[in-house]
Amino acid sequence: MKAAKGTVFKYGDNVDTDVIIPARYLAISDAKELASHCMEDIDKDFVSNVKEGDIIVADKNFGCGSSREHAPLVIKTAGVSCVIAKSFARIFYRNAINIGLPIIECVEAAENIKAGDTVSIDFDSGVITDETTGKTFQGQAFPEFMQKIIDSEGLINYINNK
Amino acid sequence: MSKMTMSQKILASHAGLSEVCAGQLIEADLDLVLGNDITSPVAIREMTKFKSDAVFDKDKIALVPDHFVPNKDIKSAENCKCVREFAKKNNITNYFEVGQMGIEHALLPESGLTLPGNVIIGADSHTCTYGALGAFSTGIGSTDMAAGMATGKAWFKVPSAIKFNIVGKPSKWVSGKDVILHIIGMIGVDGALYKSMEFVGEGIKNLSMDDRFTIANMAIEAGGKNGIFPVDEIAIEYLKEHAPGKEYKIFEADEDAEYDEEYTIDLSTLKSTVAFPHLPENTHTFDDITDTKIDQVVIGSCTNGRLNDLRCAAEILSGRHVAEGMRCIVIPGTQKIYLQAMQEGLLKTFIEAGAIVSTPTCGPCLGGYMGILASGEKCVSTTNRNFVGRMGAIDSEIYLASPAVAAASAVTGKISEPAELGL
Ligand code: SF4
Repeated sequence: MKAAKGTVFKYGDNVDTDVIIPARYLAISDAKELASHCMEDIDKDFVSNVKEGDIIVADKNFGCGSSREHAPLVIKTAGVSCVIAKSFARIFYRNAINIGLPIIECVEAAENIKAGDTVSIDFDSGVITDETTGKTFQGQAFPEFMQKIIDSEGLINYINNK
Repeated sequence: MSKMTMSQKILASHAGLSEVCAGQLIEADLDLVLGNDITSPVAIREMTKFKSDAVFDKDKIALVPDHFVPNKDIKSAENCKCVREFAKKNNITNYFEVGQMGIEHALLPESGLTLPGNVIIGADSHTCTYGALGAFSTGIGSTDMAAGMATGKAWFKVPSAIKFNIVGKPSKWVSGKDVILHIIGMIGVDGALYKSMEFVGEGIKNLSMDDRFTIANMAIEAGGKNGIFPVDEIAIEYLKEHAPGKEYKIFEADEDAEYDEEYTIDLSTLKSTVAFPHLPENTHTFDDITDTKIDQVVIGSCTNGRLNDLRCAAEILSGRHVAEGMRCIVIPGTQKIYLQAMQEGLLKTFIEAGAIVSTPTCGPCLGGYMGILASGEKCVSTTNRNFVGRMGAIDSEIYLASPAVAAASAVTGKISEPAELGL
């Protein structure tokens, strides 16, 4: 995926893996069924409102807490095309890259973009455009090595193709 | 001349490089790859996508079903079955069945599988615990676990570090939990994001191995990539007992290693510390804690389910009784700890005090089972996360504390320190 466009869901600091996908559902292995509980403890309407391609924008330390890959997976499965945050917790960051969920760090975008705005992202340049306000922001591009993993659509394909 | 931290030196040695610097992307050889009953099934499914689904080394993989074990429902039983069958098919040496198992981060060091100088990845965020023994160990996800099991390698961005210079001696009821809660309160839940937390200084001789495991365990709660201690006589004694005859290499930071930040922690000034809902950085000491009635106490988990933790709780509960209407749940970390606690009479003390003792399991720590909270209930817990809904209903509350505070609170029925019992 080289670009994304969608409506923004906005969250604050320290959105943790327990609210992204509560542990009480972790024994479920079907991705769609898991995704029906995405964000339910902080935003019970998220699942019914999210549409394919929508974007999550959050403040700092998004995805902190457990190593459960179920967290980026439910976000991706719910239809989210990209998560923009001021910063990401490191295990979430790795997991997102490894499963092919695009994520971008950008403090200014997180500060300026509002819930409900339409936002588009060009992954090659890292440019984030808030189409509702017309503002653009420069997100941090991935190091080449990580970009290769993303281009391979995940770590496993990357290793297989090496 | 290199100016590397302890973590950087270990990573360099496993990447076949004489030097690495912060920010560099490297591929490192792995000494151990770990997974549990939640993360392994996902990794095992991923393994099938590789051209070859063979494991790189059957002796360097540890599979520990501990989260929902003994199985709490059919789905968790299916997950454990998946792990069991994979272990059997691949002849995995270190698979731990019910009866041998324990909470992974208590079990693996005790089993001599985590050694100084190792590079260890685990599909569990508290894999950072093994830094207490001078290993570089860090949590990763299931895809990384699958890749690690298949190739014996993982990619890392070399972390920079924060240095914590530990001095002084803690007072009687202050333990490793208070040290790490104090630090997280000071630097915040993202204070060490992407970084190593290196704990050094003359004061570490006053911290037992169990204290160090607790401190390294919660490095992730400050956002840290890993937490690590130098290997001193106390660590070597521990290794003699738990990893007899095993070879390992001790790494030390260069004298002129560069750190992003340095802090001095004087153990003698620390007080019992409690993290209020809903973040581990939300710390208070009893100088500003007002009467807070609680419904449940949990003493256990990979943070505080070790023998010293149980000894401390038993010392407080001995000859006392848990408050009326209070549930006190004690969970020894491993079968060995359970047995030792039994031989020392600690279990008798707990039961006579009106607590219950569970078989080793993560259980309530992640809201699995064995102590889920109802709406509005409050729990003092020796676990490591007090996020919204972590232990049950989304409006329940978790107060993170040491075993001493948890045991004292069980007796009084409100958040209390041992001093309130005249101790
Ligand atoms: S005890 Fe809690 S934090 Fe530790 S491994 Fe188990 S669920 Fe995770």
